Parts: sequence; structure tokens; C-alpha cells
Amino acid sequence: MNVPDGLLYTEDHEWIRVEGTKGRVGITDFAQDQLGDVVFVELPELGRRLTRKDVFGVVESVKSMSDLYSPVDGTVTATNPALADHPELVNQDPYGEGWMVEVELGENGTSGLLTAGEYQKMTAAGGH
Amino acid sequence: MTDLLRTPLYPLHVARGGRMVPFGGWEMPIQYTSILEEHRAVRERAGVFDVSHMGEFEITGKDAAAFLDRLVTNWPSTLGDGEVLYTPMTLPSGGCVDDLLVYRFGREIFWLVVNAATAPKDLAWVDRQAKAFGGDVKIVDLSSGVGEIAFQGPLAQEVLGRLTTFDLASIGHFEVARGVDVDGCTVTISRTGYTGEDGFEIYARPEDASSLFEAILKAGRGDGVLPCGLGARDSLRFEACLPLYGQEISEDITPLEAGLGIFVKWDKGAFIGKEALLSQKEKGPSRRLAGLELDERAVPRPHYPVLHEGQAVGSVTSGMISPTLGRPLALALVRADLTSPGTPMAVRVREKEIPAHVVKRPFYRRENRK
Repeated sequence: MNVPDGLLYTEDHEWIRVEGTKGRVGITDFAQDQLGDVVFVELPELGRRLTRKDVFGVVESVKSMSDLYSPVDGTVTATNPALADHPELVNQDPYGEGWMVEVELGENGTSGLLTAGEYQKMTAAGGH
Repeated sequence: MTDLLRTPLYPLHVARGGRMVPFGGWEMPIQYTSILEEHRAVRERAGVFDVSHMGEFEITGKDAAAFLDRLVTNWPSTLGDGEVLYTPMTLPSGGCVDDLLVYRFGREIFWLVVNAATAPKDLAWVDRQAKAFGGDVKIVDLSSGVGEIAFQGPLAQEVLGRLTTFDLASIGHFEVARGVDVDGCTVTISRTGYTGEDGFEIYARPEDASSLFEAILKAGRGDGVLPCGLGARDSLRFEACLPLYGQEISEDITPLEAGLGIFVKWDKGAFIGKEALLSQKEKGPSRRLAGLELDERAVPRPHYPVLHEGQAVGSVTSGMISPTLGRPLALALVRADLTSPGTPMAVRVREKEIPAHVVKRPFYRRENRK
């Protein structure tokens, strides 16, 4: 399972890549594998303010659906336009072309998130 | 978790990386690699499924045919040897105990092939009805002694033909052949299935099932034949609008409501549920199954409310973004006067109302039907 260093992770299987005051968010390789073929991703409106652990969208696979939880406080500044026609990018490239939203980070920054090592340990232990 | 049953192919599923999930009391593979890939394999080439969880009951005796005519809504006594029919099996209320296939192997020898989740209930029901019917009718549950493999897709006949000298083309649609040698195993083969494609259902000894499954995959390796799980089985049957027990039909849903009226034979005499169904037919059912297409991309799932002019008029029984057609489609039980194609509807997906309209069923029909 692919868990890149340098990203931060949530217990709900989202990742965030922070660059300056912004962060790009998606779901992990583990999550996409568990979901199976992704067929639809519902993403938030631009400008929406998120609090950490808010549901910001839904990812639907053929067999199941799963809420997406914001890893941070922040404001949505972009969503991935490619997912509308190519939701399978979430399976094919979860940390790259399959990204979901970009947020302007709020005051609390990235506190409470897991490192790659911590996330890997959690999933290896059979985390949900 | 309660103890799940396993088919003879369980070790094969695990060895092949099948993702095992509980289904109807059984531990079955939902997919091996990808539901969409497996779905495509069956539409374009062929795929092989373990369906050993299905139940098989043998019904024999002088009065077997007459009993079956009373037990189910279709007309088993019209079958000839080597013929198969599909039928609902109804309660006195007209609701469905199950839907099943009836095979006739001889004048006094029949099989019922029933759904896995309902098999124990079905057996008790059939037993009880046989006792009430009286006469010479014997019922034996063969389920644990039968492995079942479905091999479905446009290349199924060609690939299976590499493993047998039997002329598979001689088995017509809804016909069955017994004692066929396939790769050294003696099996029963019918041209039936649950995918909307041409293909076969193969009944084998449990100890032969795994080697048969592997032999078919090997014979079809160069043609892109894949092992397929229950996920693809569901998406394939959905596009073909074949009902799934517990969704399109149930003890609370009659065959007439589910659009299965052609499998209810009014002229054959008494059968369980006839009075209730006849009365429903005369009044017209208040709800009916309809096909819906959503006008925006979303995933309609079972139980989502269906609306018409802002009023709740029913709910989704099955739905998905059709892998073959690429459009969001649903089957829904809705008010009976709203089932004409083009009727505007909406499906509530979470908090949003997604516009939709009624479309014809089936969503998918294969070309060159035999």
C-alpha cells in the first residue's frame, strides 16, 4: 500500500499536502482500494468554510459510498474539475490526479493529523 | 458475525485475491480486481462466476408436475424434458416467497434452483405446501451436493466448447443437458443466466467445481475471460432489468407490481396466490416497477425516495451508474399511473432532488439474441 512521506493523514483516510497557506486534499490509496471502482465524487462549493472533521463531500463506488471529512479548518479554494468526467482518477492516482479539494488553511493549521508512519501503523493494525 | 457458509470454491477465491463479503449467509467474492472490469469482460468477452451458494431442490414423483403448477405462478407442467422456466413463487397474499428456475429432467423429475439467502425459507415453504398438496411428491435438498458455476458472455459457448466434445449449440435458450463431459467432469449444463448475455449455468459435483472454474479460465485466458464476483453479477443483472429478490421482489411485492405478469399463468387452474393476484390484476396494482434515468450524474441507491411534482410516489429498488451505458439509472417501485416513458420524476439523493424521467426497460438488451 502506498503511503507517501511528506503528506499528512486523517484517521478517516484523507490526506493533505500542504504548500504555503494552502492544502490539497484527497483520499488515500488504502481508501480507494477499500471502496473499489469510484464512479462519482460529490464536491463542495467554492468558498465553503470547513471545520476539521466536517463532511465536505461524498465518494461513491459501484458498491458503497463514503463521506469525505475535512482534515483541517479552512476555506475551499478549488475542486478537481477532472473528477466530474473521470472519477476513476481517484483509483488510478489517489495522491495526484485524483485529488479532490484545495483549501486555504485556517488558524489551526494541521494540528491533530497523522504522519505517514502513524497512518501506516493505523491501517496495518486494521484501522477502520 | 454469525457463521458464514462457504462454497467449495472458497479456497480458490482467496487464492485469486477475491474480496470476500457476507451475502445471504455466505462468504462470497464481491470482486477479484474491479467490478467494472469484470462487468466489461462479461459484456464483451466472457466471465466465470461461482454461484454455488444457490439452492437446488429435487422434486420427484407422479404428482410432481401438478404440485409445481400449484406451487408457482408459471406453468411447469408445460415443460418438456430438458426445458427450463423462470417463475415467481408466491404466498397466498400474492407476495413473492422467491423467484426461481424450474428444470424438467423427466416426466416425474424436476429441479428448483432458488436464491441463496432464501433457500432455507424456500425449502420449508415447499415442504409444507407438498404436505398440504398430498399425492406422490418427494422433495430432496441437493444444495450441499451441487457446485454451480455461471459462465456468461458472448464468447462463453466458444470457450466452453474447447473443454467438451458435446455440441453446446444444441442447448437452446432455457434448455438443459445432463451428463455432459466438460474437462473430464460430468456436469449438467443449461443455457440460462443472470447477466443479460448468452451463457451457461453449470451444475457439477462440489469436488469438481474448482477444477472446472480453473479449466474455464485457462481455456479463455487468451480471450480475456475473467473470474467475476457478485458485484459484477449485480450490475449485469441490473442493466438487463432482471429482478433481485429483496429489492425488486419480496414477500411484500407481487409479480404484477414487479412487471413479471408474463410469468403468471391464469389459465392453468389453481395456484397459491391466484385469488389475490387476480384481484390485483382486475383493480390494477397501485404501484409498479419503472425504469428511471437521472438527468444529472448521481448514484441512485435502494430506498432513495422517488418524487413526482414534489410528491413522494415511491422509492428506488436498485440503481447505479450503468457501467455499459454510462448513465445513472434506477429501478423504482412507483405509483402505477406514472410508469409511461418520459414521465418526469425526481430522485432524492441525500438532500438533493435530482431530476429524472421514466425510461423503457430493460436498460440493456444484447444484440443477436439467440
